[in-house]
Amino acid sequence: MIDRLLSRSLRGQLAITGGAVLLALVVGAIVMVLTSPIITGSLDPWLWAEAYLALLQGATGIAITFDPFAVEFRSLNGVIDSLVRATPYILGGLAVGLGFKAGLFNIGAQGQFLMGALGAVTAGIVLADAPTVIAVPLALLVGLLAGAAYGFIPGWLKAFTGAHEVVVTIMLNFVAIQIISWAVSGPLRAAGATFARTPDVGEARLWVLTGTSGHLLHSGVILAFVAVPIVWWVLYRSTIGFEIRTVGANPDAARYAGMRPRMLIVLTMTVSGLLAGLAGSIEILGVQHYLPAAYATTVGFDAITVALLGRANPWGIMFGGLLLGGLRAGAPLMQIIAGVPVQMIDILQGVILFFLAADLIVRWVFRIRDAKGATVDELKTVTSSYGGSSAPRG
Amino acid sequence: MTAPTPDQPAERVAAPALEMRGITKRYPGVVANDGIDLEVRPGEIHALLGENGAGKSTLMNVLYGLARPDEGEILLDGEVIHIQDPTDAIERGISMVHQHFMLVPVLTVAENVLLGKEAMRGRIFLDTSEARRRIKELGERFGFDLDPDARVGDLSVGWQQRVEILKALYRDARILVLDEPTAVLTPQETVEVFAVLRRLAAEGHSIIFISHKLYEVLEVADRITVIRRGKVVGSRLPDETDEDDLAELMVGREVQLTVDRGESHPAETMLQVTDLRVRGDRGGDRVDGVSFEVRAGEIFGIAGVAGNGQDELVEAVMGLRQPSGGSIVLDGVDVTSDGPRDLHEKKVSFVPADRHRFGLVLSFPLTDNVVLTDYYAEPYSHGVVRDEAAIAKRAAEAIEQYDVRTPGTSMTAGTLSGGNQQKLIVAREFDRDLKLLVLDQPTRGLDVGSIEFIHKQIIRKRDAGTAVLLVSAELDEVLEISDRIAVMYRGRIVDVVDGRTANKEAVGLLMATGGRGEAARGTPGVTT
Amino acid sequence: MDMLFDIPILGILFQLVDYMIRVLTINGAVILALAAPIALGSLCGFMNERSGVVNIGIEGMMIAAAFSGWFVASLVVQAFPDQPKADFFFGASPALVIGLAAAILTGMVVSAVHAWLSITVKADQIISGTIINIVALGATGYLIIIISASSPRSAGRFTPFTPPEALTDLPFVGWIFNMFLNQGPITMSVLALAVIMNILLFRSRWGLRTRSVGEHPKAAETVGVDVIKLRYRNVILGGIFAGLAGAWFTLDFGTSFQAGMTNGRGFIALAALIFGRWLPLGAFGAALLFAAASSLSIAIRTVPPTGDLGGILTAIPDQFWSALPYLVTIIILAGAVGRSVAPAAVGKPYERESAS
Repeated sequence: MIDRLLSRSLRGQLAITGGAVLLALVVGAIVMVLTSPIITGSLDPWLWAEAYLALLQGATGIAITFDPFAVEFRSLNGVIDSLVRATPYILGGLAVGLGFKAGLFNIGAQGQFLMGALGAVTAGIVLADAPTVIAVPLALLVGLLAGAAYGFIPGWLKAFTGAHEVVVTIMLNFVAIQIISWAVSGPLRAAGATFARTPDVGEARLWVLTGTSGHLLHSGVILAFVAVPIVWWVLYRSTIGFEIRTVGANPDAARYAGMRPRMLIVLTMTVSGLLAGLAGSIEILGVQHYLPAAYATTVGFDAITVALLGRANPWGIMFGGLLLGGLRAGAPLMQIIAGVPVQMIDILQGVILFFLAADLIVRWVFRIRDAKGATVDELKTVTSSYGGSSAPRG
Repeated sequence: MTAPTPDQPAERVAAPALEMRGITKRYPGVVANDGIDLEVRPGEIHALLGENGAGKSTLMNVLYGLARPDEGEILLDGEVIHIQDPTDAIERGISMVHQHFMLVPVLTVAENVLLGKEAMRGRIFLDTSEARRRIKELGERFGFDLDPDARVGDLSVGWQQRVEILKALYRDARILVLDEPTAVLTPQETVEVFAVLRRLAAEGHSIIFISHKLYEVLEVADRITVIRRGKVVGSRLPDETDEDDLAELMVGREVQLTVDRGESHPAETMLQVTDLRVRGDRGGDRVDGVSFEVRAGEIFGIAGVAGNGQDELVEAVMGLRQPSGGSIVLDGVDVTSDGPRDLHEKKVSFVPADRHRFGLVLSFPLTDNVVLTDYYAEPYSHGVVRDEAAIAKRAAEAIEQYDVRTPGTSMTAGTLSGGNQQKLIVAREFDRDLKLLVLDQPTRGLDVGSIEFIHKQIIRKRDAGTAVLLVSAELDEVLEISDRIAVMYRGRIVDVVDGRTANKEAVGLLMATGGRGEAARGTPGVTT
Repeated sequence: MDMLFDIPILGILFQLVDYMIRVLTINGAVILALAAPIALGSLCGFMNERSGVVNIGIEGMMIAAAFSGWFVASLVVQAFPDQPKADFFFGASPALVIGLAAAILTGMVVSAVHAWLSITVKADQIISGTIINIVALGATGYLIIIISASSPRSAGRFTPFTPPEALTDLPFVGWIFNMFLNQGPITMSVLALAVIMNILLFRSRWGLRTRSVGEHPKAAETVGVDVIKLRYRNVILGGIFAGLAGAWFTLDFGTSFQAGMTNGRGFIALAALIFGRWLPLGAFGAALLFAAASSLSIAIRTVPPTGDLGGILTAIPDQFWSALPYLVTIIILAGAVGRSVAPAAVGKPYERESAS
């Protein structure tokens, strides 16, 4: 009976999440049609169809044409791009989701991602000529430790001074940008480059599994998919995970039960930073191979969407990461074919979150009758501690 | 209805100030009020007696515009009225003093009184001098002298209640509802509040006094209406009834008003607290040099008005707060700086006062809650790996043995009723070999059945040789089951008396004044 | 003076103090201008949090307002290229005034969404703010890309007031007049707004009700204060301040819009609010401090310090100065919290009791 109860609430959540994505696509379509006069010069009521088909093709390689109607699988490139794009989202989503479980909102995944990238590229440059079996693991290790250290700071500040992690991590994101700018235009700058960037990481590049030039599937993808069951196991089958979840659900009860909330906050933020740092390392060692001074990425922020899409559950995060990875992978083709800027994905993301938060709209539109919402319960702990009247005790 | 009301000539005279006729209020799954009739006359103190959950609060919410009745009508001075919301109720002269005070602690007395019915200077600014003048005037008339500029958060509970009454008077209330007004007061403060209520009644105010304390109702009320399960089950005049009669009406069966606590056989000293000092959240010693001992096989009660340092004392004993001085010794071992985990492993259990905040994780299933304090140890985990099967087995046993009513162990703790939640905690904390059991308000807000059950379990543990430390602001509870009673006042233990012979009024006086009056102890206990 | 500067090690400190004073007297006007969007953002947060609603979406509200203010003003200029310019009110033109109104309206509309999500839907308030930030940043980024192809003309900006030299030349205090009067309309209004809000909070009926709703909404409801309505009103009115802050970027301080140009000011505003103990004047002071930290980097480039100090300061990389305001924010948060107590009901959705 219990299994049936669980699966019913799970079905409800899936329905709401799916409904939110669908409604967001509708809103996106409306935005495209409304802005079509600026994009194409005249009102184009079918711009959205063109854009979404291009998006689908870019993300999966499946091309659908109407005149004559045909469905055609063009190449593996789209799938590879989606997987590669999904990798940092899954890891970043796990980072943010783990924080949620402990009642922490790590908006700093972005900064930890950047520091991970910086750590990995620094080690990668040093080890560029070392044997690859040494260079790759070491560079990854340095990267994830850099991310962990950058997650430790807000964790420690929260635990011992009460400074709320939301504001602190946002500030650290801005600081990380400056650190990278300084490091890359200063000590790490590649000689002779036309713009400020580091040298190539050489042998510290991640191994390539398959693919063609420009669409290479690197081995870091495996790490992301391995991390999902590991994080799940730690959260739900280990005593440490139980402690983390207890602190997130009820910090006072955790203290009463003899757990140590401060230590757990520091630990969770550090591991969260580690996961985000790993995401940054994989991105640099697997895709970019060098770091520019003005490294433009929004992975750390997108990870928030992923974590919320997956309701902070590792398996949910995996699917959320794949979805967003697909959207991002398909977006360039959408811009080329339909002229809709890739920033459309930012809007879609925000609107998906909007509908997840305002799930009553989704329920109303799709007639979903399920008591349980699509929210993350532990956010109550995050928000009610906002303003931090005092540091957590214990 | 008012049918069972005995005919009395005096009552025929005054027309009712307020009538509620056939009030029915249904919530999903429950009928909270089922055709309730209530009649209150001018200048009358009318007690509404009933257990927790009997429907008293719902009825008053209907009267105060917080809930809309499904059926029935309300008459004020013989005219049918429809109360939209609290503002509407207030405008018609109906005011309510809630059980949990509706005061904003950071605001001053004057600001709290003004709020919602502000005296204005122009359209934007408050006229605080006018407010001060009226507060002084009302205070003089009804005999309480409040400083309008004092911060409400700094006032004692008794004075806060007077601010609440002042709020009602400032709004020209004719009908004043007091919801369990004495729950947080000492017997002495209660006497003072009763005096205020009588004065109000003498001036023609009608007062509805909600309570489940029989002797209070008998003392202060002019008339008593008893509610059970959403229905009026009887009306009485205080002269014609007694506690047993009212209790039977209220509970619906003959109740044993006191648990049979049996003989206790105190053995060796299990807990020795010496000169303990504990700092509060805002600094300052909230526990100011407390010493006592609890012996194996006895229940040591600590009575005191809430906020006299009991919370800090319990937290210090349980390792949730570091003492600033003194020592705590458990069975000959110094545990002053032990944390909750160390104490748990030294066979100390703790039932906290706030079960939602401390005792349970409401969003977790019963399985996780039942091992909340043992999850890390064998057999529930091996190293860091949880043993789900062992946890499930333990949960099934616990709900069976302690009669926790639930459809299954994977339900969340939040779905349980208050009584069942507390039974779950009792199952977790009692069901092991113990040296010391610390109980902080273990029956707060529970129904009579659950209270009886838990008191029996406590006595069972005592008889098994556990030292029990019981802290409660409910003097009745402490008196009922303690073998010895310490009274705490302003961070100190002012006296220790024998639990069986203690005189309620005397203990109450100690709670209120710290012992300036005559100490009426039965057998002298241990020193302070 | 010079003798003090020559003391080893300690001398550097004196030089620094001397330099800071010089920077303040020279750059006072810049510091106040930079403080304006932060202080206005704090006022927006103040309106929200004093009534019990967390708002981390100030950044998004600002950027949305900055865009719409600029865009609407540009459209007006495009439609009517010959804009008359007033010679009395900061050189206001119809386009600028309409743009300002559009920015304020945008702030209010976005705030209304936040109010709806936080109060009616009872969504998590931090998530609601996050959504606003993501959508606002995404939508303005999207729009500026498709619009820049057709590049509308800028509407220009309000011209700063020029205080009479008789005032600014006064010895010792002249720079203060310059600091507060040599400003555009939005910057100049900030101090006045902070003072007014501070007075209203403690002396007006609105302030009393707002404080009670932020601390103990149920108590307020039982004496007839409509908690939901007051929260809605305060959150939406708070949008005016976010709108003004946005307009500051594109109509007062600058003349054009770039994606992400608010650059975290909305978040620093939150920290200023905490540091300023949820008081408008306190937040204004904190905003000045942050602005002073960020103006230091500008000062070092424009008025390089001399002597030993100059050597040290110019050796520190630019990026450090850019990161300084954020670091200061963190340090202040870590130090200020514990002494600074948030309104008790902040972040908790209000469940109305009446089950009609």
